[in-house]
Amino acid sequence: MAKNVGKIVGINGNMVSVETDGQVSLNEVGYILVGEQKLKAEVIRITGKRLELQVFEATSGIGIGNTVELTGDLLTVELGPGLLTQIYDGLQNPLPELAEQCGFFLQRGIYLSALPRKTEWDFTPSVIIGDTVTNGDALGTVPEGKFDHRIMVPFGLKGNYRVKEIKSPGKYTVDTEMAVVEDENGKTHSLSMMFNWPVKRAITSYAERLKPVKPMISKIRIVDTFLPVSLGGTYCIPGPFGAGKTVLQQVTSKHAEVDIVIIAACGERAGEVVETLKEFPELIDPQTGKSLMERTIIICNTSSMPVAAREASVYTAVTLAEYYRQMGLNILLLADSTSRWAQAMREMSGRLEEIPGEEAFPAYLESVIASFYERAGLVRLRTGEFGSVTIGGTVSPAGGNFEEPVTQATLKVVGAFHGLSRERSDARKYPAIHPLESWSKYSSIIDSNKVEYARDVLFRGNEVGQMMKVVGEEGTSIDDFLIYLKADFLDYVYLQQNSFDPVDAAVSVERQEYLFDILLDVLSGKFNLETKSDARQFFNRLRQSFLDFNGSEWQSDDFKKLEKNILEMINDKKIGKLEDTGIFQKV
Amino acid sequence: MRKVYSKIESISGNVITVTAEGVNYNDLAVVTSAHGESLANVIRMNGESVSLQVFSGGRGVSTGDEVRFLGHPMQVSFSENLLGRIFTGSGIPRDNGPALTDNMIEIGGPSVNPAKRIIPRNMIRTGIPMIDVFNSLVESQKLPIFSVSGEPYNELLARIAMQAEVDMIILGGMGLKYDDYLYFKETLEEGGAMSRTIFFVHTAADPIVECLLVPDMSLAVAERFALEGKKVLVLLTDMTNFADAMKEIAITMEQVPSNRGYPGDLYSQLASRYEKAVDFEGAGSITILAVTTMPGDDVTHPVPDNTGYITEGQYYLRNGRIEPFGSLSRLKQMVNKDSREDHRALMDGMIKLYAAYKESLEKKSMGFRMSEWDDKLLKYGDLFENQMMDLSVNISLEEALNSGWKILADSFTPEETGLRTELINSFWPKERILEKESN
Repeated sequence: MAKNVGKIVGINGNMVSVETDGQVSLNEVGYILVGEQKLKAEVIRITGKRLELQVFEATSGIGIGNTVELTGDLLTVELGPGLLTQIYDGLQNPLPELAEQCGFFLQRGIYLSALPRKTEWDFTPSVIIGDTVTNGDALGTVPEGKFDHRIMVPFGLKGNYRVKEIKSPGKYTVDTEMAVVEDENGKTHSLSMMFNWPVKRAITSYAERLKPVKPMISKIRIVDTFLPVSLGGTYCIPGPFGAGKTVLQQVTSKHAEVDIVIIAACGERAGEVVETLKEFPELIDPQTGKSLMERTIIICNTSSMPVAAREASVYTAVTLAEYYRQMGLNILLLADSTSRWAQAMREMSGRLEEIPGEEAFPAYLESVIASFYERAGLVRLRTGEFGSVTIGGTVSPAGGNFEEPVTQATLKVVGAFHGLSRERSDARKYPAIHPLESWSKYSSIIDSNKVEYARDVLFRGNEVGQMMKVVGEEGTSIDDFLIYLKADFLDYVYLQQNSFDPVDAAVSVERQEYLFDILLDVLSGKFNLETKSDARQFFNRLRQSFLDFNGSEWQSDDFKKLEKNILEMINDKKIGKLEDTGIFQKV
Repeated sequence: MRKVYSKIESISGNVITVTAEGVNYNDLAVVTSAHGESLANVIRMNGESVSLQVFSGGRGVSTGDEVRFLGHPMQVSFSENLLGRIFTGSGIPRDNGPALTDNMIEIGGPSVNPAKRIIPRNMIRTGIPMIDVFNSLVESQKLPIFSVSGEPYNELLARIAMQAEVDMIILGGMGLKYDDYLYFKETLEEGGAMSRTIFFVHTAADPIVECLLVPDMSLAVAERFALEGKKVLVLLTDMTNFADAMKEIAITMEQVPSNRGYPGDLYSQLASRYEKAVDFEGAGSITILAVTTMPGDDVTHPVPDNTGYITEGQYYLRNGRIEPFGSLSRLKQMVNKDSREDHRALMDGMIKLYAAYKESLEKKSMGFRMSEWDDKLLKYGDLFENQMMDLSVNISLEEALNSGWKILADSFTPEETGLRTELINSFWPKERILEKESN
């Protein structure tokens, strides 16, 4: 497309005003020329000849009259083999390569190719000359880590195409011409292993979207048992600062049973990304025995990096997730934090002098958040395989108040809500997900009647706890007091989990089921405990043994010894079952 | 020779507007008025009309004053000569020493590539148990001290400046009371720490725009020293004044305010300063401790709230003590595993018990009968507050841990502590075990 140029006429923070005579489209990319440098920017408003562009870089040094080159293309990402293990900024610049070029600091105006151009991939074709293909169909595969990466017909090619040429098996680089296809009008298209796709458009080259049903195993007890998330589902983690949002996401990214994890660190602390960056290559993925990095992509636009690129980063991440979903894989996208992304929108909206909505967020906040989460989903591909994108986003509400616009807009569209509570994190109860206020619409790994019973104990225990604050321990009956202790016990040994303990950090489904049955035995039991101090002592001792038990290797000698000890301790005091336990005994 | 403009078209607060050409965004200019010269920088351009914020304020600037553009953004001199010196927010000496103009560096430079950062690994010991034991300060960390006005936060900062194990200190004062400025100066001079310290001080009486420059000046200098291999600790007080200065300029510029009048980019502005904290591989590091006063003791106020989301934890200063609840050093996990094997468990265990103590205290104040367990907790709480929380306690980490075990043993039986059995076996004070056996 012919290049269109304009001139800078105004600058305000990271927004510049440009005048141009040519044709422009909304969201197209332009480059501002400052000396030797070219700064990337995106058109966000057009009024007659005057354009407003948000600049993805620091604007210092731009002058009135500087030239702007408008490219005519929307903001896109490169899709192809070589995305896994990469660490990108919000605009898909590989950060390690950038560091090699520029040293410690991020220099503006340097854009590198996202996919390594020199790597050769071992291509195996899956079509022959004469085959008919359409967008999203595989032309062949290359091995990428443990996956067969599909080389697909670009998603933008609508209609049917006939394969005219296809490369024979062998090693090729990403930009080699791999196939030539001819459309219905006889026009030929040259295809390589990579293509570009605009980040703000969802990829829809699949047969149909389905309802998420299968649980995504996170190995976090409170999540898998009480507040499950399904593959292809969405969930959000709102919480005040210091409640452990990021730690929870880090733990999930390590242990979740999915094929690929994409981490979008959006406007958050650089230090936290670094932990992931440095730790993951060393960690071993229990499913494959290889480095955890081989299943990970990190998109990192930390808080001190330019604001406009922050908005782009979540879209970049979700586009990469959708791309891998087309290969029949399960992808988990963790966005931390969506509030920063919303704030980036607010900053731009303010500079555009739009009429502000609640807390000065733009009026379109809700629809933008909804359309982002709607890009998650379980799909059936045209090949009959299934693929999914699960999105988990943290929300950082101002003042920890969930009534604010970003939390509320998010709660409308997600399938599970893991609300973190300041109270629990202050008491060092991790993960600090509030068990009673949070909810999930997905199904648990454990029978729902059993979960309901346990939740009921928690609920009643909490009530007794509240009441005891008023009437004191002496005004509470021993039965109520036992419920209180049971709820406390459940919280201590099941809901709380020590993410720094090598064993307790990740608990398999098998072990969760096993543990939950022992627990139910305690929760539903009638105990021979006469006084409150006896009861407290009994539960303190039981809790102590359970904590040691949680830290022991599954089915090891230690595990069996501790289990025996616990069962003896329970049976010593237990004299039967409570009457209200019928609900789960029927199952 | 750069062109001099002698017609100022509008003056509104600290912001002036002139018609000029060939100017770049963020450039510096000199405004010469009857009251002397002041620096100013470009904050908005629209066609040929250029808005600048005047560092010494708009007061007394006349429409006929001269504006001369310098063609570069704000800079600060960098050399060893800075050590022991005191400057204003715009880099002018406050201590009657010579002005420094050699080796000028730009302030507010680009951020560090995350791929070049390393995992923090060194503890900075301070001799304050509430920091060293419960929320260790880590090299390259950024931590605010949340406090109400009237709390001894500047005393705490001064003590950390004296005791912290670092190579040098940069103190950035924003809206500092003159007395407080003198307090810092005198304390550090008396303690002999002045020679490793640089001050950038904006006092409450100085022009507001200079307040905005203090963090950038301090951090630009810190960054250079860190690249030369120095372990730098930057102390900032008070960041709420900095945010208020930003609010003032934003309102003057007619920006849409987002929350209680603060500009919508408050988070990004604060983050770009705090994120300067870094540990350079093969060189030095920057650690930031910043006082943030909470107006009305309200942590949900936009300034402490946004700060909390940026920093790696926070210290709460309340009633002259660092509160164990709410105070959090997110990076402590990086260092407290290597300090001593009981560090982590003891830290968690003691806090959980202290939380239980608070509950008992509440029950007691409501007049409920105290159970045996409550009495134990009450005893524990007292010991904890006097021997750990009191800010005057000045002991090493190891001494503090031993003291912690002693407090536990004085108050509880081993199984009541909720600590793992192995640890109790190796750390429970030996004389207690003997006592128990002889009973």
